[in-house]
Formats: sequence, C-alpha cells, structure tokens
Amino acid sequence: MYSDKVMDHFTSPRNVGEIENADGIGEVGNAKCGDIMKIYLKIENDIIKDVKFKTFGCGAAVATSSIATEMIKGKTVEEAQKLTNKAVVEALDGLPPQKIHCSVLAEEAVKAAIEDYKKKHNK
Amino acid sequence: MNKRIYLDHSATTSTKPEVLEEMIPVFTDYFGNPSSIYSFGREAKKLVDKSRERVAKALGALPEEIFFTAGGSESDNWVLRGVSYANKNRGNHIITTSIEHHAILHTCEQLEKEGFEVTYLPVDSYGMISLEDLKAAITDKTILISIMYANNEIGTIQPIEEIGKIARERNIYFHTDAVQAVGNVKIDVKAQNIDMLSLSAHKFYGPKGVGALYVRKGTKIANLITGGGQERGRRAGTENVPGIVGLGKAIELATENIDKYNEKLLKLRTKLINGVMEKIPYTRLNGHPEKRLPGNANFCFQFIEGESLLLNLDMKGVAASSGSACTSGSLDPSHVLLAIGLPHEIAHGSLRLTLGDENTEEDVDYVLEVLPEIVQRLRNMSPLYEKVKGGK
Repeated sequence: MYSDKVMDHFTSPRNVGEIENADGIGEVGNAKCGDIMKIYLKIENDIIKDVKFKTFGCGAAVATSSIATEMIKGKTVEEAQKLTNKAVVEALDGLPPQKIHCSVLAEEAVKAAIEDYKKKHNK
Repeated sequence: MNKRIYLDHSATTSTKPEVLEEMIPVFTDYFGNPSSIYSFGREAKKLVDKSRERVAKALGALPEEIFFTAGGSESDNWVLRGVSYANKNRGNHIITTSIEHHAILHTCEQLEKEGFEVTYLPVDSYGMISLEDLKAAITDKTILISIMYANNEIGTIQPIEEIGKIARERNIYFHTDAVQAVGNVKIDVKAQNIDMLSLSAHKFYGPKGVGALYVRKGTKIANLITGGGQERGRRAGTENVPGIVGLGKAIELATENIDKYNEKLLKLRTKLINGVMEKIPYTRLNGHPEKRLPGNANFCFQFIEGESLLLNLDMKGVAASSGSACTSGSLDPSHVLLAIGLPHEIAHGSLRLTLGDENTEEDVDYVLEVLPEIVQRLRNMSPLYEKVKGGK
C-alpha cells in the first residue's frame, strides 16, 4: 500500500526530535483525528540551519513529516515557505488517496513553524 | 526477516490440513451438482447432508435447521432482512447493539431507510450490554433481537442465555452473530433459547467463503437469495460443496477439541496480557477481564497511533490488527472502542492480538520482547508523549 520511499522514511525517519530554544515551532492537527505534527526550526541569517519533528500518527504522517524536514533543511525561509503538499507527495513517490491529508498536514506544520519564527522575530 | 507470527485469528484462520484433506476429493472426484439425480449428484448431496449433521450436532440443533450460506455477512443479512420482511405484520422494531459487526449495523441502517426502527443498545466500559436496557427497549412492535455472541474486536462475550430467555418470554425472535464465538465457546441453541445463529467457517480453521445460518424450526423468515430450490427452497444457488464439507469437518474438530483449545489459548493470553500490562506503561486493556474470547487481547497504548504500530510489528514479523482510523479506512476509529467510551485519541492507539492454534509460548515471549521497544520508539517520536514526560 505504501511506496518504498514512504516505508523508508517511516522506518528510518530523518530529523526526529526537538530543538531547544528553537526559533520557530509549528504544531498542527489534533489527537482526535489521529494526527499531530510538531516541527522545530533553527534559523540563522534567514537560512534553516536545523529542523526536527515529532509526530503522532500513521505511517504516512511520519513519512511526510520526515521528508518535509529533509526538503526544507538548508533552504532559505522564503524557499521553505513555498513547500507544497504536492511536492511532498511527489518526493515520496506517491501516497494512497486516503493519506493525502498527511501531506497537507506536513505543509501546514512547516508553514506554522515559519509563521511562529516570523512572529517571534518581527518579520 | 524470517520469523513470522500470526496473531490475527479473529480476522481469519488457516485451513487445517485435516479439513483440506476432506475437501480435495470434492473438487476432483465428488464434483457433481447436489441437485442432479444421477450418482454424481447423489454423492455430492450426501456430503452436504453429512456436513449439515455435523453443524447441527455442534450447535445442539436439528439438521433441517441448518442452512449453508456464503459466510457470516450473508447469514447476518439474511436474518435481518428475512425476519423484518416476513414479520412486517407483527411490527417494525429491531433491537441490536452499538458494537455489532458492520454486516449487522449497515444492514440495520438500510432497513431504517425502508421504514424499520432500530434500537442500538449501548454497552458499558467492558463492552457488555445491560439486560435492563434490553427489557426497557422492547415494545409491542419488536420483532427481532440481534445481539452478537462475542465481539470481534474486544472479545467481550454477552449474556446470551439470559437474552434468549427474555426474548422467548416476550415471544420475540432472537438472533446471535456467533461468527467469533463458534469454536471458542460452547453453544447449545436449544438451552440458550437462540432462534437464529450466524457462523463462518474461516474463523475456526475452515475455508473462506462458506458459512451457515441456524434457523429454529417454525421461525418466519423470508428468503434473501432467490433462484433455484437449493437448501430446501430457502437459499438459492448451487451449493459450495467443497466449502460446505470443509465447514462440517472444521466445526466437528473445533467442538471436539474446544476444552483443550480454550485451555491453551487462555494460558497464552494470560501471559500476553500480564506481560504487556507489566512492561508497557500508559496501557489500557479493552474488553471484559474474564468474559472474553480465550484468544483475544486488545490494548490501547496512549500517545501512539495504531497503524504505525502495525507497520512496525509487521517489520518484526508479527501480524496484528488495530481499530485506528487509518486502519479502518475512515476518519473515525473503531465504533466498538468509541462505544465502550474511549476518547478518539486513545482509540487511535489500539492493538488487537488474537491467538490461535499454531501460536506458542515462544511467540508470546517474542511479542513481549519486541512490542515494548516499538511502543517506546513511537512514543519517543510523539509530541503527545513529550507533554506527559514534561509534566513528570
């Protein structure tokens, strides 16, 4: 049901964890629906130096969070902000139709973390 | 990964070699149509009749009260529609429970659209109905009470005999979906006042695609599958003779060995439940502590989600199931877990392990070794767990 890429990111998720004194934190989803994603950003000179995530959710939720962190690491804030759920799905070689919402959540989590960074840093 | 442990016997079981052995010549040698009058047909007819006797014996019924179907879902559909349509003149009210299999629930929803009224009895936190609720739900329009014998997810066994008594006293038909119970629980339809009972062969080491419906003599029930005059004019369609033969053998074996089987499963289940509860904090056992199927263990692990758990277990070779939304194919977690009062977020983290014949103590040891690690790994990844840890 899942692509090899999804299974790879699910079994060895990249960038799991938290960042102490993160510059931006975004949390989306809710436990009732069975998905919560939390993304931590470390930003220096407008560049995402480090990113970590924690996710409560299914295989696709973990995989989309993992690949999203990979996709924005080292990018500028502006670039990261352009991340779309479609790009996340493509990077994972597709997702089953009922799991597309997980990719939306990943996009929203990244954006929420950037918003948080901007708010904290008056940008 | 070489190790594979099957812990999903409530989903289906393997077909026993002895069962398969009896089925094979039916495909190749005794392939006649039981409706044909020549010897090929008569041979096949005899095999169907023998199976019917075996099923009747296992249930304490008469052979003429057993009808073969394509499985549990057909049997359930037949009862609900057949009894409703045939007894319209007496009333339009059906009583069932909120934790039935979807074969019952979805059919009831259809019947509601057709003008029938359905009461869905609630259950307590163990998944048990209340006999007082049942009595209170009965009206003079009630024509059928359909309550499952044992729940497929949490394994809770209902007070069938008492329900049967209440139904008989009020002169209301009583059906029980015993798909999960047959082979695990001793059944006597006469002593338990059961008017109709659904069963499915592949849940007790028989083949898939075949089941039966017991219908007590004199019950008014309309046909569901119409066509030829098979099954004494009650269920059309050429008989699945190999399947029926397999069902007969499987139910005979299951009833003969029920005490030994129960004892074995109980021992394994006790070890499994105790081990999991001891090794994994923030864990809840779902279902009744005693009145449950001998092979059923159902847990909720807080802060994690069921599908992730199943994928991880699968990678370790363990086959299990969950009531999380992601595994049910909808956005809601299992209706059974919600009915016993679990909040959504807890229900999402459910795991059902159902033991069976081929499982050993080593299998349980293995699960007790890998499961705590997997749960911990997922918790470490979960933002919900973080909050709990932080609060400590």
